[in-house]
Amino acid sequence: MSVIEAIVFYIFAGLLVFSSVFILFGRNIIRSAMWLMAALGAVAALLLLLGANYLAAVQLVLYIGGVLVLIVFGVMLTAKSPYIRYDVKLHEQIAGFVVGGLLLAGLLVALLNSPWPKPPGVVSDQAASVRDFGERLLTSYWLPFELVSLLLLAVMVGAAVLARPEKR
Amino acid sequence: MLTIGLTHYIVLSCLLLSFGVAVMATKRNAIGILIGSELVLNAAVLNFAAFGRYRVGGVDGQISGIFVIVLAAAEAAIALAIFLNFYATHATVDVDRGDALKG
Amino acid sequence: MSDIFVPWRKRPPRHDAGPSGLVARLAVGLYRIGSPIVRRFPGTLFILASTAAILATGAIGYGMYTIYRLSEMSLPMGPDAKPATVVEIQERLSQLGLPVPATVVWCFQSSLVRDVVALLGIIAFVSVLAMFAIWWERKVSAHIQSRLGPMRVGGWHGWSQSLADGLKLIGKEDLIPTEADRPLYRLAPYLAFVPALAAFIFLPFGAYWVMRDLDVALIILLAVLAIEVIGVLVGGWASNNKWSVYGALREACQVVSYEIPMGISLLVPVMIAGSLRLSDIAGSQQGGWFHWLAWHSPWAFLAMFLYFIASLAACKRAPFDLPEAESELVAGFHTEYSGFRWSLFFFAEYAAMFLVSGLLVILFLGGWDAPWAGLDDWLGRALGWHWLISLSQSQNPYDRLFHGVFFSGPLWFIGKAMVLVYVQLWLRWTLPRLRIDQVLYSCVQVMLPLTIVVLVASAVWEMAVQEMPGFSVFASLISPVIAFIGILGCGSAAAAIITGTIGRRALVGTMAVERPLRGG
Repeated sequence: MSVIEAIVFYIFAGLLVFSSVFILFGRNIIRSAMWLMAALGAVAALLLLLGANYLAAVQLVLYIGGVLVLIVFGVMLTAKSPYIRYDVKLHEQIAGFVVGGLLLAGLLVALLNSPWPKPPGVVSDQAASVRDFGERLLTSYWLPFELVSLLLLAVMVGAAVLARPEKR
Repeated sequence: MLTIGLTHYIVLSCLLLSFGVAVMATKRNAIGILIGSELVLNAAVLNFAAFGRYRVGGVDGQISGIFVIVLAAAEAAIALAIFLNFYATHATVDVDRGDALKG
Repeated sequence: MSDIFVPWRKRPPRHDAGPSGLVARLAVGLYRIGSPIVRRFPGTLFILASTAAILATGAIGYGMYTIYRLSEMSLPMGPDAKPATVVEIQERLSQLGLPVPATVVWCFQSSLVRDVVALLGIIAFVSVLAMFAIWWERKVSAHIQSRLGPMRVGGWHGWSQSLADGLKLIGKEDLIPTEADRPLYRLAPYLAFVPALAAFIFLPFGAYWVMRDLDVALIILLAVLAIEVIGVLVGGWASNNKWSVYGALREACQVVSYEIPMGISLLVPVMIAGSLRLSDIAGSQQGGWFHWLAWHSPWAFLAMFLYFIASLAACKRAPFDLPEAESELVAGFHTEYSGFRWSLFFFAEYAAMFLVSGLLVILFLGGWDAPWAGLDDWLGRALGWHWLISLSQSQNPYDRLFHGVFFSGPLWFIGKAMVLVYVQLWLRWTLPRLRIDQVLYSCVQVMLPLTIVVLVASAVWEMAVQEMPGFSVFASLISPVIAFIGILGCGSAAAAIITGTIGRRALVGTMAVERPLRGG
């Protein structure tokens, strides 16, 4: 079982890294969006592997069904030619890679050297049911839940106001 | 190597996060930057779920992940509204052109 | 010379080289050889093919049965059966002196056989469904317009027209516009088709007729419908054609906005049943017509119609077929597509139509139960016929078959979903198309507030039923009234269909030929 889990993990982790590389080096923005879809799908598969069924489903609905469609839509609305490219100067690109590499090195050194102790008590391996999820969301997490819903309302109004055509 | 544990997921999400940061740093298209920020947020979701599974247990990790995803969706909606406005005034989404306030 | 109008700068390169070209040439050859035979013996070939499929299924089943019988273990049947592992079976067999190699046992272990059979069944079902639905759509549209539709291919009412069309489409030249974004252009049809196919993995056809019974199946199905949109978007964009891009843009804003009322109206049955698992929701409506969630409360009844309208928009059927509006946008997002890739878009569309109808059936219309599903228990008790009472729990395969055919089973699910698909076809050929601003207006200013009101009202209703004894009496009186309204609605629709069929000679412009022509 664990061998199969490892194989699945490496397949999707490989897909994730592969598609992030293509996003990083790709010049065509809509192809970058397609690689982003591959990356998001790989993350959803990894979440399923982690037993986070509900999170994976929400990831599929909100990210691929919502955010990605919005991104492609945005590209369509703001592009003049199908091959929009904004060429980046080489030194800017190198600076970007250096920033990313330094961040990666720092994070790995810091995170892999910390012990991450297991808390006392048994961590269950079972996938949590949607029912538990909803109960926790509305009992111990009620404040963030309400805050997020307020935020979403604000975002909805804000986006509508921002995208409204100017009155003359 | 063959038993997947927390370390694997930490390394993966670190990789994803630094890829996202590098994408944000190297793209000049505003939508490219948005794509980069989605990668960063996904790294956070993955990390929350992994810690939830291997260290905390229960649904706490997943709930934090849900909040991240919801915030990401809100952020994308607002960002696109801003980009469309920017496009309406500047006829481009090149972020380097947004220098009207530069002294 | 230079000012002569040249339609193409150069002759577009032929794309029938490579593996796909080989497939196309093979298909053309097959069509040349096969079509006379198909034309001559359509019925015989059909019977032969179905017999072969049944025999193959039987052979696999018999192999599995033999392995289990040899190892003296019982076949996993029923709801909580635990299939034996390969190691267990093999140990058992070697104890009995039958050293069957592990690979053979592995090939016939029940979970693998189940998955393989389920996958093959899903693929076969979707292909047959799409072919049938395309033929059906052509016949329905023709009859609505007092025409005949396909009549020649295959004999009876042109039943093999889709088959011939499919072969033709495979053989067509696979044209890619020179200015298209080639990788994305090639990818797009698969992005539309594969999610639609994958969705059937999570769609239960019957109590245990589901490949993977996830606890978040409903959300996954919604996600799948959303992923299909990306295929359409990318296809329209990659074609690099004005009509295609307009079709894709319309698709994007339409589907993204209609997903919200669709999701909210789906929350109503989820709230009543208290689960996101589709088999749980269907299972909570056992017991026939009066237990279906559609009649549970007035709000559920409303939510069903709101969901149906939103689902029409989500799978871009008329009156919301703006992405492919043929009178304005040539063919919308698939203007540039031809051949096999074009047919993939259509497979995806018909699969999505069945999917949303199936979802409606599971969530509101009792899933796989017949309208009289509870009647067997009731009759058995009333008449004292014991064989009728626990038919569904019976271990006898004939009892189960009888119960599955007459009371509750996948046949009923498919039948009910096909009725809804028919309603979709009927609406498409009856209603005029909306304008894009009307589509968005009706979503944001009509559907969205209505669904939110329905959701809140339904939540209040459910709470009142639980908390206030007086109100629950009132609710249990209201529910049969709505069920009777449902009976009246279905009955009048059936009556209209029957009168129309009987009196079709009295219609304006009677069909030219009453009897089907002989094939050929």
